[in-house]
Amino acid sequence: MARLGLASLMGGIALALLGLSAPPARAGKADDTLNVAFALEPEALDTYKIAGREGLILSRHIYDGLLYKDLDTGEIKPALAKAWRFTDPMTMEFDLREGVTFHNGAKFTADDVVYTLNTVLDPNYGTRFRIAIDWIERVEKVSEFQVRIKMAKPFAGAVEMLADALPIYPAAYFKEVGSAGMAAKPVGTGPYRLVEMTPGIRYAFERFEAHYAGSPKGRPAIGKIVVRTIPELNTQFAELLAGKLDWSWRIPPDQAARLASRIQIVNGPIMRIAYVGLTVAAKAKDYPTRNLLVRRAINHAVNREAIVQAFAGGASQVLNAACNPKQFGCAQDVATYAYDPAKAKALLSEAGLPNGVDIEMVFAAMPRPVAEAVASDLAKVGIRVTLNEQQYAAGVQKWRAGELPAFFTNWGSYGTGDVAFIISNFFGGGADDLVQDKEVIDLVTVADTAQDRALRQENYAKALKKIADQAYWLPMYDFNINYGLSTALNFKPHPDEFARWWLSSWK
Amino acid sequence: MLPFLARRLIVAALVALAVSMVAFGLMFVAGDPAVVLAGQAGRAQDVEMIRQAYGLDRPLPVQFLGWIGRALTGNFGTSLYFNLPVATIIGERLPVTLMLGSVAFLLAILVSVPLGIAASLKPGGLLDRAALLLAVLGQAIPSFWLGLILIVVFGVWWGLVPISGTESWQGYILPVIVLSYYAMPALMRLTRAGMIEVLGADYIRTARAKGLARLRILMVHALRNAVLPLVSLAAVQFGMMLSGSIVIESVFAINGLGRLAWESLLRSDLPVVQAIILILSLIYVTLTTAADLVNAWLDPRLRSA
Repeated sequence: MARLGLASLMGGIALALLGLSAPPARAGKADDTLNVAFALEPEALDTYKIAGREGLILSRHIYDGLLYKDLDTGEIKPALAKAWRFTDPMTMEFDLREGVTFHNGAKFTADDVVYTLNTVLDPNYGTRFRIAIDWIERVEKVSEFQVRIKMAKPFAGAVEMLADALPIYPAAYFKEVGSAGMAAKPVGTGPYRLVEMTPGIRYAFERFEAHYAGSPKGRPAIGKIVVRTIPELNTQFAELLAGKLDWSWRIPPDQAARLASRIQIVNGPIMRIAYVGLTVAAKAKDYPTRNLLVRRAINHAVNREAIVQAFAGGASQVLNAACNPKQFGCAQDVATYAYDPAKAKALLSEAGLPNGVDIEMVFAAMPRPVAEAVASDLAKVGIRVTLNEQQYAAGVQKWRAGELPAFFTNWGSYGTGDVAFIISNFFGGGADDLVQDKEVIDLVTVADTAQDRALRQENYAKALKKIADQAYWLPMYDFNINYGLSTALNFKPHPDEFARWWLSSWK
Repeated sequence: MLPFLARRLIVAALVALAVSMVAFGLMFVAGDPAVVLAGQAGRAQDVEMIRQAYGLDRPLPVQFLGWIGRALTGNFGTSLYFNLPVATIIGERLPVTLMLGSVAFLLAILVSVPLGIAASLKPGGLLDRAALLLAVLGQAIPSFWLGLILIVVFGVWWGLVPISGTESWQGYILPVIVLSYYAMPALMRLTRAGMIEVLGADYIRTARAKGLARLRILMVHALRNAVLPLVSLAAVQFGMMLSGSIVIESVFAINGLGRLAWESLLRSDLPVVQAIILILSLIYVTLTTAADLVNAWLDPRLRSA
């Protein structure tokens, strides 16, 4: 959320004052309680309807999926399903684990899987992201501990989705109370159970002692978790320094540097990347960005190295391909555009625009200083940018309507390490695709639905090369985030932005 | 007095309705709520699903009338964000705001009115200047900064009070101080100005000449007239405190109505926003109407207005 410049300055003064004090770092180790602060309020804890990361993190502590992805090794592990296989390219079969209990004491069986998934498949249920479930045709019970998923279409991300993104609810309870009931009192099989909740304000968890043996999440080392919403970052810092908070995140680089000597700061890269989308498609107005030379000039004009150094810091890097290098299929041998203002000017002249050109750029969910740096670099070569900040919803609406030549924002790929979750959205011919390059669409469509990893990789590489050659995007950089932690806490960040507190422990 | 009261109440109801209608329209101008609800990862098909699921595809007047109709029967609907009844959500937050706002308002009145009266006795005197300094500071210091400084000193350095949250009553101490300090300057300056003006009036000289006690002149004869503009201002200030200072609620992580309104606006949680706006406009309208009534009681000349 954008804050006033004055606010951050004054906050900086308050923060500097904080540095003068020397409080003991007590934190929650003494009473085995992990005190967590989010700046944003978590949503209702029915995973299928959550869009925000905060709610999703909490729900992964309460619920389990059929499978689990160990992000450290990239390995897909059995969770509620102890084994699975494709019986044909469109059918998956799962052997379920026996002896698993829900937080309310109910026994986990095939009925829970069948009822949960079939319920959320129903368009009337209102599952937030269709991409998560629209590949499932239906789910069938084979026996008490065996289910079959019939796929509606080939989908390379199926296994990825089943790995903790599609949690299983207790059928009887879910049937009785519905989505609103799950929101009011969530019940899962996960390593923690929710014991107290003031929606959006405070959530108290306790280790679920009956969490099933052999769970890939394991038995958590920390007994209790209390999550609070503290919207103001400076207040979070005060709590951290006073030893009343053990975990917070998304601390801006400059403030992290100042806090580093007093608390534990951990930095980690994430899937999210920043980019400027450029409108090319014929249905849109006749924007200068339709001209390849102008798009290349834009790519040469912006000093992305300097911008990354100044604003992103940490582990962030300039991107060349339209994806995160950590993702499967994100080919790196694509055309690169070095910072070269002279060349950018020459390209504009070649395009018949020696006096430069005017374009509008909307930025959303990006810091204003970064957007201003991009605009000022562009202005230096004669691309005069009218810069407008908008809420993401308003910006993306204009983008989809073809009313914007340039849209500067970011994309998190649902935290998923596969380019299917990024380039298919922006170059696969859908509503967000303002390029509509037939060749790229075909390449991406084949890759999205193929099971053969080599073929997928090859097709994505071809698509990414064309995207870079044609300069359809100005890829900016990948994000990193800073976590502010108690010095007594062991916490490992993961690039999918899912905090796994079940892996945390006290030092 | 009765026709006056009736007239005021009808106007009040119309104001509340108009505010509600404008707010409803503005929510749609600010960006398609369906897109907001779909979140940043929401694709076009997710947006369509939401538009239909929440009835956002119907014409605006239909949606508004539907909402008003249900609200009149006490049904404020379900929060799109929390998937819980709006009444439940607001029920959690309204008491916090009422508590914070009322205590802060009382404190502001208790400090600023006596201080204003005292300052008026000797304009330019030491006390007047000290009060002026206090007022100028109160007006000039951004409340979030004052809040953070108090947090640092009393919460972090000395550990006397909780830093944030309202889980214990101690959590209210700092936010009440900041919120009331924010309201004090205007109340105090207005009391002072009113008193100085009234104290120079002929009838006060007459009262003095009659040999009435100084305190009686001050508290009964002068204050009653000086307080008229103060009542109107106090009503508005109280309304502002009850509508919740978003800034103060954010700094102290107080989960009151103000921040709920702000957050709900950002996430296009229409039912919550509408309910809060209705509640807040009712609070404002009630307070200003109450102020008018108090003034009419204090000054009979106003009753015909």
